[in-house]
Amino acid sequence: MSFLVVEGLSLSFGGVRAVDDVSFTLAKGELLALIGPNGAGKSTCFNMLYGVSRPDSGSVKLDGNELVGLKPRQIWRLGVGRTFQITATFTSMTVCENVQMALLSHANRTFGIFRRAHDAYRDQAMDLLDIIGMRGQADRPTNVLAYGDLKRLELAIALANEPKLLLMDEPTAGMAQPERRSLMKLTADLVRDRGTSVLFTEHDMDVVFEHSHRLLVLNRGRVLAEGSVAEVRADPKVREIYLGGGSTYASMETNHA
Amino acid sequence: MLEVADLNSFYGGAHILHGVSLDVGQGEVVALLGRNGAGKSTTMKSIMGLVRPRSGTVTFEGQAIAGRPAYRIARLGLGYVPEDRRIFTDLTVLENLEVGCRAARGTQRAWTSERLFELFPNLAERRSARAGAMSGGEQQMLTIARTLMGNPKLVLLDEPSEGISPLIVEQMAFAIRQLKAEGIAILLSEQNLHFAMLIADRVQVIEGGRIQFHGTAEELSNQPKLREELLAL
Amino acid sequence: MGFFVAQLLTGMANAGALFLVASGLSIIFGVTRVVNFAHGSFYMLGAYIAYTLMSHLPGAIGFWSAIVLTGIAVGLIGLLVEIVVLKPIYRAPELYQLVATFGVILVIQDAVRYVWGPEDLIGPRAPGFGGVVSIFGQSVPTYDLVLIALSLVVLAALWALFNKTRIGVLIRAATQDREMVGALGVNQTLLFSAVFFLGSFLAGIGGAAQLPKGGADLTMDLNIITAVFVVVVIGGMGSIFGAFMASVLISELQVFGVQLLPQSTLVLMFVVMAIILVVRPQGLFGRPDAAVYQGNSAMVPKPLKPLGLAGKLVGAAILAFLAFIPFYGDNFLVFLFSDIIIFCLFAASLHFILGIGGMASFGHAAYYGGGAYVAALLVQYLQTPMELAIVLAPLGAGFLALIIGWFCVRLSGVYFAMLTLAFAQVVWSVVVQWTSLTGGTDGILNIWPSDWASDPSVFYYVVLVVGAGGIIALRAMAHTPFGYALRGTRDSSLRAEAIGIHVRRVQLLAFAFAGAMAGLAGALFVFAKGSIFPTELAISRSFDALIMVFFGGVQSLGGPIAGASVFTLLQDWLSDFTYWQLLLGVAIIAVVILSPRGITGLLETTGRIGDRFRTATGSNAEVAGKEAR
Repeated sequence: MSFLVVEGLSLSFGGVRAVDDVSFTLAKGELLALIGPNGAGKSTCFNMLYGVSRPDSGSVKLDGNELVGLKPRQIWRLGVGRTFQITATFTSMTVCENVQMALLSHANRTFGIFRRAHDAYRDQAMDLLDIIGMRGQADRPTNVLAYGDLKRLELAIALANEPKLLLMDEPTAGMAQPERRSLMKLTADLVRDRGTSVLFTEHDMDVVFEHSHRLLVLNRGRVLAEGSVAEVRADPKVREIYLGGGSTYASMETNHA
Repeated sequence: MLEVADLNSFYGGAHILHGVSLDVGQGEVVALLGRNGAGKSTTMKSIMGLVRPRSGTVTFEGQAIAGRPAYRIARLGLGYVPEDRRIFTDLTVLENLEVGCRAARGTQRAWTSERLFELFPNLAERRSARAGAMSGGEQQMLTIARTLMGNPKLVLLDEPSEGISPLIVEQMAFAIRQLKAEGIAILLSEQNLHFAMLIADRVQVIEGGRIQFHGTAEELSNQPKLREELLAL
Repeated sequence: MGFFVAQLLTGMANAGALFLVASGLSIIFGVTRVVNFAHGSFYMLGAYIAYTLMSHLPGAIGFWSAIVLTGIAVGLIGLLVEIVVLKPIYRAPELYQLVATFGVILVIQDAVRYVWGPEDLIGPRAPGFGGVVSIFGQSVPTYDLVLIALSLVVLAALWALFNKTRIGVLIRAATQDREMVGALGVNQTLLFSAVFFLGSFLAGIGGAAQLPKGGADLTMDLNIITAVFVVVVIGGMGSIFGAFMASVLISELQVFGVQLLPQSTLVLMFVVMAIILVVRPQGLFGRPDAAVYQGNSAMVPKPLKPLGLAGKLVGAAILAFLAFIPFYGDNFLVFLFSDIIIFCLFAASLHFILGIGGMASFGHAAYYGGGAYVAALLVQYLQTPMELAIVLAPLGAGFLALIIGWFCVRLSGVYFAMLTLAFAQVVWSVVVQWTSLTGGTDGILNIWPSDWASDPSVFYYVVLVVGAGGIIALRAMAHTPFGYALRGTRDSSLRAEAIGIHVRRVQLLAFAFAGAMAGLAGALFVFAKGSIFPTELAISRSFDALIMVFFGGVQSLGGPIAGASVFTLLQDWLSDFTYWQLLLGVAIIAVVILSPRGITGLLETTGRIGDRFRTATGSNAEVAGKEAR
């Protein structure tokens, strides 16, 4: 059964259709990769799913609930976690406090004034840090972390509200190769163990081919292709615009060489 | 002409470049290939003085330039075309060119807006248009033209083919060859091997902030395993 | 009809100086990202310098050349300020640069007082334009028409400069992306200096041109800067045309407002501003992203830790020391320390939203003075006992902050700062203009503590207990989930929103809480002094609070305490000198340049060297570890 249903999503910026009539679905426990060249509309799509920008038309339904028109914090409360392409963490807090903050918010206690935050939900936060293998760094300030660790921390924060859907915007950008593998392995395990659905954008084709169940290819704001890894890899249109098929360049060589 | 030795750069807290070394000779086109996040843009910015390298040297025509402010590096004859274009969207095409304008050096034939409009005919029609209203491809041409107005001896071109249509990419490749014919050296960063192969004399492949391969484009294309590993092609 | 046109022209004439100063501020901000609070001071300098020049240069030629020469002189002074004060701190966060410009305000105030004396000066008449002309039967001063023409000429000249000259194109480009302009070979240092000269030149001309109409006095600097902020906020930061339109709008509003609502002209101006900002937060002609405060990643504060044993001991020692003051000090010392405690609370309340919440309120005096007035009015009209007044005052101030904050938290960065300042001026003008209730500038007198606390020493203990209690409450609040959520909104509002935190509501409640605590300080102040005047609500009091917080260091919870103590002692000590403001201004500039992290930052220097050593070895180990992998 489809858990997330996106229908006819469109958004224009100054006359340019950044996202043009995009529809797709995502099933429970599915890992769907959203790929496409830069400027294809991936980030715009993501922002609309997460309430950052409002589509001109179209709908996004999560488990039957309409998300269009909701604010990010409301979407989060419906069980959607998010990691950012450029990490967004609370830099003046420790690693553990970052996760604690998300847990406090999940428990609706951000307006609490009668106890200290420092030790609230510390054990649960530590458990989440265990999942991403960062328990040892729990009390380090966030602003001294290596970039790969920040990316992993984002995942722990996103898991704090026991999300049913994870939106990950280029989760491995800026990471070294072995780190990428381990982060995506972790994500795949979560999908398997918890039945979480994941939608992620990614440039690294290794990551995409290795872990995603299904691919959605965007180009110039439109869905160009959709299907399994093998289907998309074999699609000549996709090869041409994205995977470096070479037909265009071959013709160039004859023109100019 | 340009020599980079053992460059280490950080971005925020992250160590991005781990001892990058490369060189570009007089009038040569060198491609720096690598995937997203491999360190291409940071290399470019470190050369240009927009990111201050933690250690290592950058030598341009015999002068050590690492750590100097960007404007002084630019005045030595280094041009920079950023990946995200960074055109001045509120200004017209001609005004964008005006910002880049600097006097030519020595025997160089100076670039004028008219010469640039010959190179990029699309821009000519839109010379008085607000730059922000132009398409991605036109904006890409404008950034290159703007940099050329400074009459650089070497141009750092950061991913010129990214996110633009194949037709424009073709024009871009043609224009870059023209520049080469003018004797301008180019350091080009690319993800697109085929595009790089069309125009580059030599290629260097960067991955994880380290140079992993250097040689000619043919040498690289004869090593499919390496290509796959480094570029996922 | 005639009357209407005459009023219209008067408004346009008044808009002239406002436009010149506002456009200068806008241009400087656009390129350098510095909000030059001292811009009003350049305007004042313009008026005084023009006074001297006009009295030496005879005739019409002398008059007009005096205006141009004044512009050049003020431009050069602006250049000097830029080179000496701002150049060393361009890399520091924007807010530090603001504090440095506060210092410049103080220095220029006293320098002008020293050179031209404290009396108001009446400007000469413009040769040939001293009379009036009749328009639709109404007489309009000829010089008003000259001022209108001048502002149109300047608008046209600026348009030509920005569109037809290379420097103008460079300025526009740098306003958008100054780093890229540098990468194209343009020397930013020179460009910044040129822009500062231009902006100060405009302010100088503005001051000189209005001299025949308004004269010169020592309150010109702060008076115009508020109006300029209103103009810049309404017109849109960085837009010259916006500055022009907003200057005209505001001036007309004032001229016609006097006819319609003579008692509430200032309020009218701010109401219009509030409406425009709610509908269009970036101003009428502004770009949405023009005034976003960009934090400096190099200045990330360290994580908060609950006070350790050593910290608790230091706190206890300070409290014990303060408790003993009445035993070994005379009344003078008791009053001085009472002031210090009150200011510590005031500064700590501002620090709560500024340091922890990242919201730079430039109008915090509204809640401090607001609390003081609530207490004074309760005593005056309802014979409320002191104890109850001290409880109700923070509630009143908090409520005021809740209303004002509702508008302000929609904005961020520089716009937030300016809006808070503008609202504080509304409060101030209401108090000044509503004389029947507040006594206007005569203030409210004879507000004394209850009988049991009438002895200065006893009341000192009231101040100590309530003040220290307030500070401890603020401190404790920082450690609660709410305080953490507030810090989260400062660190990354994107992330905060993405984990379900209602960013605006957290900010609003924090703003109200800080306002309440400032109101508590204000209530203590009223009973300590026995009277209250509108000066406690004025801009300069808001600036005091900002200076105290920055003086002490924004990064640390102890900062405002240290800052308020040093600032109050310094002010007390310097007030023996005639030109103490000048010395204070120099001291502020020196602290900002020498130690951008304030006094607590300075104290931590040794610790910081240790830190640096540790992180250095730590990152080496990390690199080694990666290499091994």
